Amino acid sequence: MISQTRYLFVAMVLFLLGLSGIFLNRKNIIILLMSIELMLLSINFNFIIFSVFLDDILGQLFALLVLTVAAAESAIGLAILVIYYRVRGTIAIEFIDLMKG
Amino acid sequence: MYLSIIFLPLMGSILSGLFGRFLSPKGAAFVTILGMSLACLISVALFFEVGLSGSPCYIKLSPWLDCEMFDACWGFYFDSLTVSMCFTVTLISTLVHLYSTSYMSHDPHQPRFMAYLSLFTFFMLMLITADNFIQLFLGWEGVGLCSYLLINFWFTRLQANKAAIKAMVINRVGDVGLALGVFSVFVVFKTCDYSVVFSLVPHVAGVTYNFLGFEVDALSSIGLLLFVGAVGKSAQIGLHTWLPDAMEGPTPVSALIHAATMVTAGVYLIIRCSPLYEYSGVALTVITIFGALTAFIAGTIGLVQNDLKKVIAYSTCSQLGYMVFACGLSNYSVSMFHLINHAYFKALLFLSAGSVIHALNDEQDMRRMGGLLQVLPYTYVMILIGSLALMGFPFLTGFYSKDVILEIAYAKYSLHGTFAHWLGVLSAGITAFYSFRLIYLTFISNPNGFKNAMQNAHDAPLPMAIPLFILCIGSIFVGYLTKDLFIGLGTPFWNNAIYIAPENLVMIDAEFIPTYIKWLPVVVSLSGALLSMIVFHFFKDFLFEICTKPFGRNVYIFLNRRWLFDRLQNDLIGSVILKLGYNTTYKLVDKGVIEVFGPKGLSFLTITFSKQISSLQSGLVHQYAFIMFIGVTLFMTKLLVWPLFATLIDINLYFIIMAALMFTNYFVIKLS
Repeated sequence: MISQTRYLFVAMVLFLLGLSGIFLNRKNIIILLMSIELMLLSINFNFIIFSVFLDDILGQLFALLVLTVAAAESAIGLAILVIYYRVRGTIAIEFIDLMKG
Repeated sequence: MYLSIIFLPLMGSILSGLFGRFLSPKGAAFVTILGMSLACLISVALFFEVGLSGSPCYIKLSPWLDCEMFDACWGFYFDSLTVSMCFTVTLISTLVHLYSTSYMSHDPHQPRFMAYLSLFTFFMLMLITADNFIQLFLGWEGVGLCSYLLINFWFTRLQANKAAIKAMVINRVGDVGLALGVFSVFVVFKTCDYSVVFSLVPHVAGVTYNFLGFEVDALSSIGLLLFVGAVGKSAQIGLHTWLPDAMEGPTPVSALIHAATMVTAGVYLIIRCSPLYEYSGVALTVITIFGALTAFIAGTIGLVQNDLKKVIAYSTCSQLGYMVFACGLSNYSVSMFHLINHAYFKALLFLSAGSVIHALNDEQDMRRMGGLLQVLPYTYVMILIGSLALMGFPFLTGFYSKDVILEIAYAKYSLHGTFAHWLGVLSAGITAFYSFRLIYLTFISNPNGFKNAMQNAHDAPLPMAIPLFILCIGSIFVGYLTKDLFIGLGTPFWNNAIYIAPENLVMIDAEFIPTYIKWLPVVVSLSGALLSMIVFHFFKDFLFEICTKPFGRNVYIFLNRRWLFDRLQNDLIGSVILKLGYNTTYKLVDKGVIEVFGPKGLSFLTITFSKQISSLQSGLVHQYAFIMFIGVTLFMTKLLVWPLFATLIDINLYFIIMAALMFTNYFVIKLS
């Protein structure tokens, strides 16, 4: 049997990929959303791995919940992007700094 | 009746001061004079009832400060000492009020002036009727305040402002002493009530207490501290410089405050505390020496002053010295007697000087007077009587008290007694000399004034003449009439108001001193007066020659500039404190250290720091994410690694390191 650590390692690599996707990418907001999805997926991996190893169904149920929320969230995100593009005429990340202090 | 004597002047003051606008100057004057003269009439009744019939009256009005062990009541205590003072104060005050109606008739602020005068009288009565030290302190500060207001009455004159501030500040120095004295009284006796304190005095004789870290004798230190207050108020040497300067005020003010009543507050305090002083030989000796020095030094300064009022002011100073050293020699009743007599002839002198000044269009310099004998005969007579009474001409008022003071000083047969006696005799001669110098220069010498002023000069109008007349009668007869009452051997008048320890009693010894010693003051006075007249009439050129020779010139300048007391105070104390106050405490401490570490530095630091921090908020999501990542990583690392270092570093150092970082940051920002 493959040890739990290896599975967790995969999940962590995926998470760090998503994270570095967020702060290394300076141009495209779609990639940003994709990176967030990736991070959510890696967390889902964690849930499922622990659910299997602890023999507890709750983890898998929670993974399903996260998937649903992630889908809704990307839908809302994309919708906001469309509206934003209509208003500002751009979705380049460097111009989205209205919250600047 | 007892309380109305105190509150009638207050009512007059309030009516005239706050509603004088509606009353018209004449109405305001009427109201205040009515209040004062009623108070005066009542005080005559009080003098009969308390003084002559011997029934002291003690009124506890209401509690004032009531705080566990500490209590100060509004209490009024009328014994023979109080009523003698009351009568003098109200009589002089009434006469001065009457005089002011004419003297200040051209002044648009007359109601205000009358209000201040009445307010002053109220505070003075408060001071002398108080039954505890706290209430005395109230009256004490009140008369100081009114003195400031009245000196500064013509507030557009710079000299008046300066004189008023000087009077206020120098009096504060004395008041610190008085306040410390009252505190010490409370520490030692646990009360400020006269009756309790004075009856407990024998039991604390020799007791020591901790004052500023030193174990000192309680009664001596209390006596000396109270005396510091008296030095300030009664213009004894060292703190006397405010009194001559106070002559910048209107002349009735000088007569009321700086001659007859307020400056006597210090002497009154010493007399009131006689049971306390009697148990402290040190305090008595110090008082004697101070009083004698004041009498002499103020007299010598008075010799060469050119301002009419300043000569009289220094003579007041000198006479206060007599009163104080009489107290120091344990003859409180004699001191009180001199105080009352002095009030009459000094008020007379000041008011007639006011009459001269009024006649000559506010000219005060004696060198520009002369020859007024023909123009102002009435005023001349008044000043002559006042001066004769002052120098102790036989059988006038001053004679009875001054000679007794000098006799008891001789009869003390101690070092300080003899010291006081010789200085007192010398100043008696000096007093006569400058009094007649004043009369000669003002009335007898050739006219030196402006023709215009001389032509328009007129003698005192009726409202000014009446007070002069009454005071003149007082200056002639009061001493003769009241001698036996106040200082007669075995008089029952003072009963419990004054305590003289049996070993300090010298009244009887004074009867057995050599006859020539008894004659000495009179002879010295008369020869002083005669010498003055002869020198100024026949040897004026000789006098001028002396004063222009190098030595004579130095002496003249030394005396004319008041023994350089003002210079000394300014250079040694005033400027040093001013420099310390500005350079050190203000510029270095307040505006320097405290400002950098306090409000300015802290607010500057907060603002720049928060500006720097707010630049972190870029609005870019990826940066936030990065910072969060870094933060979480550091936090995790700290959790994991910290236990290795925790034992090595003191957690308290954090704050120091933080503060150091902040301030290095501040200076770096400030310099860049």
